[in-house]
Amino acid sequence: MAFSLGQYVKENLLAVQEYSFLSWRAFANLFSQPRYLGDMLQQMDVIGVGSLPIVVLTGFFTGAVLALQSANSLARFGALSFTGQLVSMSMVRELGPVLTSLMVAGRNASGMASELGSMRVTEQIDAMRALGTDPSRKLVTPRLTATMFMLFFLTILSDLVGLAGGAAIALILLRLDLNEYWTSAWQTLRYADVFMGLTKPVLFGFIIATIGCYYGLSAKGGTQGVGRATTQAVVAASVLILAVDLFVTRLLMVMLGPL
Amino acid sequence: MSTASQSGTEKAIVFENVSLRFDEQVVLDGLSFELDHGATKVLLGVAGAGKTTILKLTLGLVRPDNGRIFVLGQEVTAMRETELFELRRRLGIVFQESALFDSQTVEENVAFRLLEERVPEHEIERRVLEALRFVELEQTLNLLPAELSGGMRRRVAIARAIISNPEILLYDSPTAGLDPVTSTTIMELLMKQRDVYHTSALLVTHRLQDAFMMATHVFSREQNKMVPVPPGTDWDSKMNFMVLKDGKIFFEGSAAEIANSDDQYIREYLTL
Repeated sequence: MAFSLGQYVKENLLAVQEYSFLSWRAFANLFSQPRYLGDMLQQMDVIGVGSLPIVVLTGFFTGAVLALQSANSLARFGALSFTGQLVSMSMVRELGPVLTSLMVAGRNASGMASELGSMRVTEQIDAMRALGTDPSRKLVTPRLTATMFMLFFLTILSDLVGLAGGAAIALILLRLDLNEYWTSAWQTLRYADVFMGLTKPVLFGFIIATIGCYYGLSAKGGTQGVGRATTQAVVAASVLILAVDLFVTRLLMVMLGPL
Repeated sequence: MSTASQSGTEKAIVFENVSLRFDEQVVLDGLSFELDHGATKVLLGVAGAGKTTILKLTLGLVRPDNGRIFVLGQEVTAMRETELFELRRRLGIVFQESALFDSQTVEENVAFRLLEERVPEHEIERRVLEALRFVELEQTLNLLPAELSGGMRRRVAIARAIISNPEILLYDSPTAGLDPVTSTTIMELLMKQRDVYHTSALLVTHRLQDAFMMATHVFSREQNKMVPVPPGTDWDSKMNFMVLKDGKIFFEGSAAEIANSDDQYIREYLTL
């Protein structure tokens, strides 16, 4: 028992060390040649453009249900006109970045883990190393930069579509004035809110790409191993996003003052 | 980066007392051998004897627990991963399962190293065609690896390995699972590389007939095919055999020596 516990701790510490090392190398690669601009643009297309439909749908329905739920509570206090304000604050500061990241994690962390995992178990990663190419530079860094960059813009889009979803509910079900909704939604936002809402996707993008690539590159055990790596990547990325969200929110609150 | 020892600079590959274990299993136990420039060494042994591991150690893809490895005068065991990439560009390897990039065409696979080196496009086109012509597959340029047969994939892997004129080639069971005709075609390509370009090589194989074919034939440029080694030719320095057993070298010698060995294990191995 003692041995197996010790072994478990040792393996997990080793995994954290390898993950940290891979993340550091992927980041450090940005500051030296060669850079794979073509691969990065291709990944931007896959991650950014490819995720548009799910991000738009998720954002819209989240904003809509948020308006619906908050209106239910606000109506009790006769404060239905604050619906836009509430949707706006929640979407921009929290739900936009977190839900967009979770969606992209489900779609792309799994994609990265399965793609790199397949390459790993069929010796394509070894072949790349044998051909004198650094897989962290060729495969990980383009995915990292593409995810961080595109998640930033996907979050902006998600926020906007979420507000539009809230507006649709406000107009159709709550019979609120659209001008009033958009004005309160707009005026309640401060730079600190926007800063918080747009810092998170950059960090979450880092988590999604590095976790997806790490599990892919450490996959072993044939197709079953690739499946396992894919599942683990999505679970780890999702949990890490939610955990980091808590700490980053608190940190930014301290840094930016009470919001 | 460490400087190589005297023997390390004179030889293509030098293993000095190399040991490696995976968990509790001993894979290599104090292994030492040398490969001369222009020579070919055939690695034999039962499955799990550590033959493929030797190829991976040579490239620095796997690190030994103990011992030193010199490749082209550089101490692989003392180099960091980032330093190894430069050295690996001077070597070529053909993996057992080919390890072609399955989302890239044959042309992109073969051109991979040249694209990485930012070689001009027209030069890449010329050299890819030349390499594919060498393996007689110039008609497959736009096909994906999944559209090729096992033998064709192996030949594309050879083209990918030789395109940058490597100084050392590592072959991991290049004829495993192939029919005799395709195997002979591939062995002829290996001979051509050895005899025309004088590339040093480590050849892992389970097919003894292929190993002996390499030892008893030479590629004739005039006839563009392999022919038996002319009688009286000193061939032992260019071509020798190494049998691995329990992580150690059990036998090392020429084709004639292994064929005439009285050792019971060797006799059993040869007749398996």
